[in-house]
Amino acid sequence: MSTSLRNNRLPALTGLAFVLVVTAIALVFFYAPLDEDGLNQKIFYFHVAIALTAYACFGWGGWKALRVLWKRDERADLESYVAIHQGVIFGALTLVTGSIWARYRWGHWWEWHEDQLVLFLVLFLFYAAYFMLRFSVPPGPRRTNLSAVYALFGVALIPVSILAIRLSQRFIHPVAFDRGGPNMAASQFFTFCVSWAAMLVLAAALYNVELAGKRIDVRLKELREALR
Amino acid sequence: MTYLRDVGVLARKDLVLELRARDTLPAMLLFVVSTLVVFHFVLPGDSSDLAAAGLLWVALIFTALLGLSRAFAAEGEQGVIDGLVLAPSDRSAIWLGKALSILVFLGLAELVALPAFALFFGAVDGALVVGVVLADLGIAAVGTLLAAMATASRSRELLLPLLFLPLAIPIVVGGVGASVTDDPGRYVGFLALYDALFAIICWASFEYVVTE
Repeated sequence: MSTSLRNNRLPALTGLAFVLVVTAIALVFFYAPLDEDGLNQKIFYFHVAIALTAYACFGWGGWKALRVLWKRDERADLESYVAIHQGVIFGALTLVTGSIWARYRWGHWWEWHEDQLVLFLVLFLFYAAYFMLRFSVPPGPRRTNLSAVYALFGVALIPVSILAIRLSQRFIHPVAFDRGGPNMAASQFFTFCVSWAAMLVLAAALYNVELAGKRIDVRLKELREALR
Repeated sequence: MTYLRDVGVLARKDLVLELRARDTLPAMLLFVVSTLVVFHFVLPGDSSDLAAAGLLWVALIFTALLGLSRAFAAEGEQGVIDGLVLAPSDRSAIWLGKALSILVFLGLAELVALPAFALFFGAVDGALVVGVVLADLGIAAVGTLLAAMATASRSRELLLPLLFLPLAIPIVVGGVGASVTDDPGRYVGFLALYDALFAIICWASFEYVVTE
């Protein structure tokens, strides 16, 4: 990596996120063909992309939590927290977009039969409790450990909850992917992939911005302590 | 072998303590029976037995929470937990011993709750009992670890339900499925899977909860 790129990683990533999001919006509205569901199907490109990005954030947070416990990597604690924070933001967006979709597809703002929505509600409650835990323990090695263990529980809870929700209700969620590959036109699939890439890069950019801010906070606090 | 002996000693300590002080178990028994009585007035007269079976699970989960919130009370007050952590044994033995004593409390509470439920609302069948036993294993495993976490935090008992309930949703799905559907097998299997998975995670990660 060249020096100029390394120094300007954050602006470059943010710029890339902006370009991709604009491209994705343009593709969704002007390129992808209309489905038989009409215009409301367009939210699919954002809803599913945001949901998969939220999983990626939670997974990344879990991986960093594992690094905390396994390698005693001090920096990973903040990284795990920031990843989960981004995951919760994208998870809330999944709930909102899914709710809008459910309103136009089934006529209700909330649809218990939609697995994805229920799952994200469970995950949202779980990770909200993560923040409660983190903010009720004074900063230090104990908080690092507790947060990491709880974040690992989250990674285990995601597949278990998917299984539980599948078991608990009949299956009316529209199947976009099946075993034979993506169940949609090539142009729709391409639009979806661009949209997903846009959301992933957006999440990565937000993650790095927040991480940089939090690191500056920590550094500032250390400097204040040193001056005292 | 010494590991199992340590676990046995730790579990016995909790049970002897409970036998002498009688802090937790009477509260759990009274709570679960009162909850069932409240549920009688919650359900409309023409509601089905299935609704009652669902409410039984609410009662069981909240009774478990009541017991779990006191699980590390004695250790927290006198700094006993530090002594246990310093003791020359594996830290996961603390978790296993505590989970076993919680399991005994839950079993005793349900020995009262299930006959009371049968008396008030209707029949209790074998699938429900199997579901309750498997759910107890999961509740004891996950709940003990979360109770240790909550003890380390400032908000203590307030935090435990928030940490526990999202993780208990799969238990409730499996338990209710086992007690109300015609095909309890898959739900029982799911509960067993949950127990195995989370028991392993808790066993492996407890050390980090009590140490720094």
